[in-house]
Amino acid sequence: MAETHSLQDLQQPAVSSKVFIQRDYSSGTICKFQTKFPSDLESRLDKQQFEETIQTLNNLYAEAEKLGGKSYLEGCLACLTAYTIFLCMETHYEKVLKKIARYIKDQNEKIYAPRGLLLTDPVERGLRVVEITIFEDRSIGSGR
Amino acid sequence: MHLGVSESMRECEYSQISTRSSTPMETPYKKKTSKKRKWEIFPGRNKFYCGGRIMMAKQTGVFYLTLVLILVTCGLFFTFDCPFLALQLTPVIPVIGGVLFLFVLGTLLRTSFSDPGVLPRATPDEAADLERQIDVANGSTGYRPPPRTKEVVINGQTVKLKYCFTCKIFRPPRASHCSLCDNCVDRFDHHCPWVGNCVGKRNYRFFYMFILSLSFLTIFIFAFVITHIILRSHRNGFLNALKDSPASVLEVVVCFFSVWSIVGLSGFHTYLISSNQTTNEDIKGSWSSKRGKDNYNPYSHGNIFTNCCAALCGPLPPSLIDRRGFVQSDTPQLAPPTNGITMYGATQSQQSHMVSDTETESVTKTSAFRAPNSFCRLPPHPSSSSRAASQ
Repeated sequence: MAETHSLQDLQQPAVSSKVFIQRDYSSGTICKFQTKFPSDLESRLDKQQFEETIQTLNNLYAEAEKLGGKSYLEGCLACLTAYTIFLCMETHYEKVLKKIARYIKDQNEKIYAPRGLLLTDPVERGLRVVEITIFEDRSIGSGR
Repeated sequence: MHLGVSESMRECEYSQISTRSSTPMETPYKKKTSKKRKWEIFPGRNKFYCGGRIMMAKQTGVFYLTLVLILVTCGLFFTFDCPFLALQLTPVIPVIGGVLFLFVLGTLLRTSFSDPGVLPRATPDEAADLERQIDVANGSTGYRPPPRTKEVVINGQTVKLKYCFTCKIFRPPRASHCSLCDNCVDRFDHHCPWVGNCVGKRNYRFFYMFILSLSFLTIFIFAFVITHIILRSHRNGFLNALKDSPASVLEVVVCFFSVWSIVGLSGFHTYLISSNQTTNEDIKGSWSSKRGKDNYNPYSHGNIFTNCCAALCGPLPPSLIDRRGFVQSDTPQLAPPTNGITMYGATQSQQSHMVSDTETESVTKTSAFRAPNSFCRLPPHPSSSSRAASQ
């Protein structure tokens, strides 16, 4: 019976807890997340790796929201075509969001999943938080 | 050997984790429920059309009035005044009128039908985490704490972030909760009944383009209808001119009464855009110098040109509420509080110990969602399975 129980558990590792990295509004309304290392992750992850992930995410969001010649051109072109151009073309923001999704997937595969963690794309949480799910560590005293 | 099995299994199961969906694992017990789109279970008071592609406020009566006024006035103009003007003056007049009319209609529909920048409500786990943090800050008192605020310094100005009890989030700066639509909207400007929607971050530029082009259209129609009547009067006399073209009278009346409010509104919003303020902030006088010498707008880019460009031509963020996405099956929940207090009180190892002891198959989908406070305040519920389990 213990085996059946643990086999089921192995197929679905129970979620131990979730850590939420909140937004950092000190620079205004641009999308930026706090780089403060949460204490709950201390046992699982290097502080440096975590900071690097968050910093890269912040840089990518800054790139999406950057005001500059390119974004103005896109805005003006869109206005002139009565915004119908977006039926065939992606906005710059959407392109960067896709880039972010690829980066998060990559980070999960390389760094977070081997440590029993899962990074959730902030866009699925309304760009409010970076949710890190901590799974139970099966290597310690499992299957009683 | 058992550990060996679990090790290899662990490697397999982690590679299955897909970040594309918010559920890390496909549960073998997933119920075969009919796939619903997220707009069908949207918690706000909005109406959706075309399978979630169109989003409007609940009360749309005034929007239809706007539409009727514009369509009827322009229709009359093109039918009764344009033929005369095209012949007597130049055919460019109806062409310009047509272009303006299409632009007005396009921007109106775009403003009314798009997502203004609604912030999705907090997931239960997020809400629970926030509640825990607030309780820790307040000292876990038994009674309901005062309105929760967080102070943040933005570009040297202290801004208070308020907690929204409906959406269970701390509102980002410049966001506000619309009581008519029951949503928190990012960079909330105002709720406009004339367009039947909130005006926020994602549709402010369309709204501005709408009122600006409508001002031009109103003045255009007004001017040329007057011209039409005057030209006719030269020929046949004033009263005959009015008899020949009765529609023109109606158009003049409509335009005369609209032009003041619409042009005034355009001017007001031009001022708001150039100073990078929202209607909300201007009405409250948040950044007015009357509040204090050091009070300034921390969001302004410094000069009028940059402010205008940023508001009108800046990048357009995509919708955060994913109306057409499918509702995910039950996501794996946090382990239920087994001792009546939220699990965060216990240490990690204690929790996993408790979790393995209790029946994990019956991870209660409900008790984990309830905010920790409710366990402290309400008397023990006999239906609360977690409490029963701990006894």
